[in-house]
Amino acid sequence: MGETVAFVNILTVFVLAVVVGFEVITKVPPILHTPLMSGSNAISGITIIGAIVAVGSGQQTLTVVLGLIALVSATINVVGGFLVTHRMLSKFKKKD
Amino acid sequence: MDSATIANLAYLVAAVLFIVGLKGLTHPKSAVRGNLLGATGMLLAIVVTLLQQEILGFELIAGGVLLGSLIGAILAFRIQMTAMPQLVGLFNGLGGAASALVAAAVLYQAVVALSSRAAPSLQFSVATAASGLIGAVTFFGSIVAFGKLQGLVSERPLRYPGEQVVKLLLLLAALLCAALIVRNPQQISFYWYLVAAGSLLGVLLVIAIGGADMPIVIALLNSYSGLAAAATGFVLSNNILIIAGSLVGASGIILTRIMCKAMNRSLANVLFGGVGAPVEDDQQDDVYAGKVTATSAEEVVMILKSARRVVFVPGYGMAVARAQTPVRLLSELMEQDGIEVEFGIHPVAGRMPGHMNVLLAEENISYDKLREIDQINPAFAQTDVTIVLGANDVVNPVARETSGNPIAGMPILDVDKSRSVVVIKRSLGAGFAGIANPLFAADNTLMLFGDGKKMMDELVAAYKEA
Repeated sequence: MGETVAFVNILTVFVLAVVVGFEVITKVPPILHTPLMSGSNAISGITIIGAIVAVGSGQQTLTVVLGLIALVSATINVVGGFLVTHRMLSKFKKKD
Repeated sequence: MDSATIANLAYLVAAVLFIVGLKGLTHPKSAVRGNLLGATGMLLAIVVTLLQQEILGFELIAGGVLLGSLIGAILAFRIQMTAMPQLVGLFNGLGGAASALVAAAVLYQAVVALSSRAAPSLQFSVATAASGLIGAVTFFGSIVAFGKLQGLVSERPLRYPGEQVVKLLLLLAALLCAALIVRNPQQISFYWYLVAAGSLLGVLLVIAIGGADMPIVIALLNSYSGLAAAATGFVLSNNILIIAGSLVGASGIILTRIMCKAMNRSLANVLFGGVGAPVEDDQQDDVYAGKVTATSAEEVVMILKSARRVVFVPGYGMAVARAQTPVRLLSELMEQDGIEVEFGIHPVAGRMPGHMNVLLAEENISYDKLREIDQINPAFAQTDVTIVLGANDVVNPVARETSGNPIAGMPILDVDKSRSVVVIKRSLGAGFAGIANPLFAADNTLMLFGDGKKMMDELVAAYKEA
């Protein structure tokens, strides 16, 4: 029973986040599509949290190795994604 | 409060920062701040995760983060703006791979520890299978997309008899492996079979898609990378992964939909239909024979000098030729003479959504001059000269027909409504859709044949002299 309640809770979070995502992103103008993509891509690197937990569990060698590869990949995704988005966005200027 | 509660509250703050940050990306003025808010949320999430009591092996984690940061920063700072589609494709892939690997690591941990604990829940095993499948498709799909954009793999779609059957069988095999994992999570080898099937599926899906459809593929893979993260969130029962992942999943799906609409094609048609058949020469002859007018840079400058309003329509060809700098120079020269200059940008111009805007913004061109299709189309009738640079299918008038050609019904830029059109192009070769373009043979069109960069340089030089 407790398992079902926990699943419904987590499903609620998922569905609401999808709805919020749709509502927020629908208004992005075409000129910002590339930065939106690279910026949201950096956010999808959140899986870095899972990688830290896997490496940090520190028990089975295979878990740590898989976690470490995931950690490096996710960090490239996160750091590279936010930086390149910043670099692009700083170019968007309006002249008077 | 225990450290888990503190971490969860911090995750809540991070989730709000992600949402507010994405909201900031909806306007150029707030976008830089929005991106910084997102990065702050990520940093917060990482720090509280590290502070949790059960985290061991800080040296290993620090080493991994350091290495990843270094590679990420080098890529982000050194990449040319013209190569942005490849880079975003690569980042998508790495995100997907990370999610699949985390799911694998957690599955292994759970299975090894199983003797002492209860069997993994249904949520756990279903989510693990989903994460493995989506992550593998995302990684290998992105690698192929990267190869196509970088020119390592042919941009032409790879078609072969029975390809849809092959993909369907692979998908069924993957789903079978997924079902076996759910039934028996201890058999970890099924997970790797699932990943193998997903990897092959990712390769075959993207290799069958042509270069001009890459904006849709990149947007879709963007969505998948988010969904893979969300699935991993279900594996770990971790809210922040689910929230961040589904935000990105939703954003990628919206972009995919916008791109499909801009091509008037369904997603299924993009994924499985495949345009890009070879051109038939006799059809080309019918359209072009005796009707094409070639011109010179000097002649174009004479027309430009008497114009009051000029519109540039850039396409992927501008990016390939790296002609954005002379485009900016010419537009500045014309503006000094009081000529109104704007840029008409088709949503699918280039190889990723918004590709042209990034290139022109890098040249310091004010973003209020970059017009979307709905804004610029009514203004072509009041435009004296439209310069089409490296664009083809998105300005092809046959798209206005309701059927009978591969681009029928696709929204196009109505450049043929302007008084004169100058098309800068190497030859009369067909665009990606593989069909002739009657615009090149229209009475008000002049063809300036040559490399985009070279021709733009000549125009700038001729304009200065005249």
